[in-house]
Amino acid sequence: MKRRFTLKALTAALALSSLTAVPAFAADTIKVGVLHSLSGTMAISETVLKDTVLMAIDEINAKGGLLGKKLEPVVVDPASNWPLFAEKTKQLLTQDKVAVMFGCWTSVSRKSVLPVVEELNGLLFYPVQYEGEELSKNVFYTGAAPNQQAIPAVDYLMSKDGGAAKRWVLLGTDYVYPRTTNKILRAYLKSKGVKDSDIDEKYTPFGHSDYQTIVADIKKFSAGGKTAVVSTINGDSNVPFYKELGNAGLKAKDVPVVAFSVGEEELRGVDTKPLVGHLAAWNYFQSIKNPTNDAFIKKWSAYAKAKGIAGHKDKPLTNDPMEATYIGVNMWAQAVTKAKSTDVDKVIAAMAGQTFKAPSGITSMMDPKNHHLHKSVFIGEIKADGQFNVVWKTPGPVKAKPWSPYIAGNDVKPDEPVKK
Amino acid sequence: MTLKKFFATGILAVLATASFLTSSHALTTAEATALAVGETDSRVAALSLAVQTADAKTAAFIQALADDSIKVSQDPIPKVFLIKDGKPTDPITGAEVAAPASLDDVVNNNRMRGEIDNALAALKLFSKNEKDRRAAIKSLQGEADESKLGLIEKAYAAETNAEIKAEIGMVRAVVLLSNSDATKRLEASQLLASSNSPTTKTAILERLKTESDEAVKAALKSALAAVEAGLVWGERLAAIFSGISLGSILLLVALGLAITYGLMGVINMAHGELMMIGAYATYVVQGVFQKYLPGAFDWYLLAAVPVSFLAAALVGAALERSVIRFLYGRPLETLLATWGISLMLMQLVRTIFGAQNVGVENPSWMSGGITLMGNLQLPWNRIIIIAFAAAVLLGMAFLIGKTRLGLFVRGVTQNRPIAACMGVNTARIDTYAFALGSGIAGLAGCALSQIGNVGPDLGQSYIVDAFMVVVLGGVGQLAGTVYAALGLGILGKFLEGFAGAVLAKIAVLVFIIVFIQKRPQGIFAMKGRSAE
Repeated sequence: MKRRFTLKALTAALALSSLTAVPAFAADTIKVGVLHSLSGTMAISETVLKDTVLMAIDEINAKGGLLGKKLEPVVVDPASNWPLFAEKTKQLLTQDKVAVMFGCWTSVSRKSVLPVVEELNGLLFYPVQYEGEELSKNVFYTGAAPNQQAIPAVDYLMSKDGGAAKRWVLLGTDYVYPRTTNKILRAYLKSKGVKDSDIDEKYTPFGHSDYQTIVADIKKFSAGGKTAVVSTINGDSNVPFYKELGNAGLKAKDVPVVAFSVGEEELRGVDTKPLVGHLAAWNYFQSIKNPTNDAFIKKWSAYAKAKGIAGHKDKPLTNDPMEATYIGVNMWAQAVTKAKSTDVDKVIAAMAGQTFKAPSGITSMMDPKNHHLHKSVFIGEIKADGQFNVVWKTPGPVKAKPWSPYIAGNDVKPDEPVKK
Repeated sequence: MTLKKFFATGILAVLATASFLTSSHALTTAEATALAVGETDSRVAALSLAVQTADAKTAAFIQALADDSIKVSQDPIPKVFLIKDGKPTDPITGAEVAAPASLDDVVNNNRMRGEIDNALAALKLFSKNEKDRRAAIKSLQGEADESKLGLIEKAYAAETNAEIKAEIGMVRAVVLLSNSDATKRLEASQLLASSNSPTTKTAILERLKTESDEAVKAALKSALAAVEAGLVWGERLAAIFSGISLGSILLLVALGLAITYGLMGVINMAHGELMMIGAYATYVVQGVFQKYLPGAFDWYLLAAVPVSFLAAALVGAALERSVIRFLYGRPLETLLATWGISLMLMQLVRTIFGAQNVGVENPSWMSGGITLMGNLQLPWNRIIIIAFAAAVLLGMAFLIGKTRLGLFVRGVTQNRPIAACMGVNTARIDTYAFALGSGIAGLAGCALSQIGNVGPDLGQSYIVDAFMVVVLGGVGQLAGTVYAALGLGILGKFLEGFAGAVLAKIAVLVFIIVFIQKRPQGIFAMKGRSAE
């Protein structure tokens, strides 16, 4: 009898343990897709985001994973090649069957991924500031919408402390993000009484490297009145642009340049001494002082050192899209825990209203409806060491307006994804 | 000269001269705090007040603000510290004091920094050193406002050098434009007509918006026309310079190809990657200097030039020996093989250095620029690259035209069998010539590393340009390459000036296609038997 009891107990224990232990085997994991360019013109910005996702996954796995399963990253390289982004997405969703994807930087890559994600009902977390004008059920936007970055930046430049700019050069790389942002900004500036003749819009191709003419034009334009430059140049073109700016002797106190795609990481390869005082608008800077950010930087430094990440192992830097990526991965994990499932529709429902203590110093909240984060806006000036001095910030988090009121027809669009 | 250096040299002069100001009084703790703490508005007000009566201590304090060596502690009341050699000192007494462990930086935004620079410049107007006074005037141009008028008047009256006095007069005139006295405004606007600075134009335009007096308005308008006429020349010269600069880059990029493709007839798709190797060689040399010779870092580029030439030449020679020599006379296969090699080289560099761009710094003598006119500043790195391209061109012309090796190369390319009959080792000459072309590509890479990004696909963005230049110039013609490079450079920049960068690129391509349709042999045609 006693023996039978032990047998029973053994089988019961075995059955129990197999129930709980099996999911911990490597064979059964939750796959997470990482879709960032690791080569090509965007690699300068995107490579580090891949590492941020991996760090966040490591962290979650160290705490035991999600729903008793470990997370398994699947990293692909779409190589700054926009059609390749769509192909890799298809591969991640149909072959690897990932539960979620973290990826894209340029809007053109997101636009190329979008139809695939919607058709296959995937889930994408997009970590970069963008132009708005989009609201997909399958995408969560953890970067800033125009009203969380571009418009506050312009407001600052118009203020007395920002230099009271009267004339504007809108300079960008030629694709959807700069074009749309500049359309919004032009409408906004006009609403503030700036004339068309005081706005100069310019575009360069991706990977453009000769900024002589453009800098000379800015110089000429600025003789007509206090001028500010709004730069939406993306990728490694920023390096020759800032080099040229420094060599041509355009100082920030004369013609300030505010950039929306230049952060700590992009300035790594640049001699920042001639650039002191030029601005960037983001929702996070490494130089922000608070305990959450200190911990975040420490974590990243340790991770970069342990993994020997090129550049970061000697000089660890954090930036806004890294923070947005980090928030995204953690919020997704929270939503999965809440939904008790990785099913896309259930996770989407559970994402609404998720909060996370962000390194920027606020408790970041996912809007219950519009798939965007509420974010604080910071304006920073470049310092000689490549970091930013925060010179202005919003009093609290700002709700995203993906449909900018400065584009005609947007007032009737609902502030949530349209059900199809 | 960097801003910091500029002020560092000036500080002594400021200290020496500030005491010449008549109504100077000593800096107090309250004043120092007002300068460093609070809203920008109140700090600016404190600064304009302090400048009026500045003594040596105040000047030193303002300088320290500009150098970011002032820190504050907020608890319990704001207290200001001057950091000297890493130790906190009292800005008034200069004595070392105890300070809380965590001190905050004083945040100077652009406006505050501009005001600080102006204040320092205004104080330096009284420097004994002429150079300092000129520098001060330059930084005050278009920046000075009413609050500096007192100082400027005083400096104007005290100035003995006629030339500098005239310059101060200009600065004074800009300030006087907004004077309440109409006769003063009239006088100022007449004076400003002889200025050639873009900041003057800005000031006049600003004033025109609010001016009510008709006589002054007319004077302002004629002054504006005069200033603009002066500025137009600066703009034109700048456009021509940027065209020449782009042309010099195209020339460097195409020169190597002019040998390998032009003279030898090898369609070398890996030409861009040879440039990339040159650029990475520069990066490696930079790293070596940073590590072992940090004192001589500014001169790393001189060492990088031969290294990048040799690195690319060696790779080129290896390519020729191992692959290309088997494919002479089979252009299609050469094209495919070299394209494959270019992919392999790119992947190799990705594996060794990583897929991301690497940072190559400009040595300090290549940063900044030289100001020729009010609105014409030529960057040093561009000037040096133009000179470098000219030097490479001359060197190559000498090598091909005057040396024994060049004679052999020309002989072999014109008539291989006869050259071989004369006892020339044609296979070896092929290798030398290919290595030379590759080495020049390496030099181009070294130059490109100074103006653009260095990454594994650096070559990809220049290979099309390189072929365009060689084909347009006429295959086999060095002179044609030179004309085509400069022509395309200036045409490209001219088009960019009024059509934008994107359209200019398209327009240049269309132009070349049309040109090649009309004249397939390029600008310069080969003459004689070798043309076949």
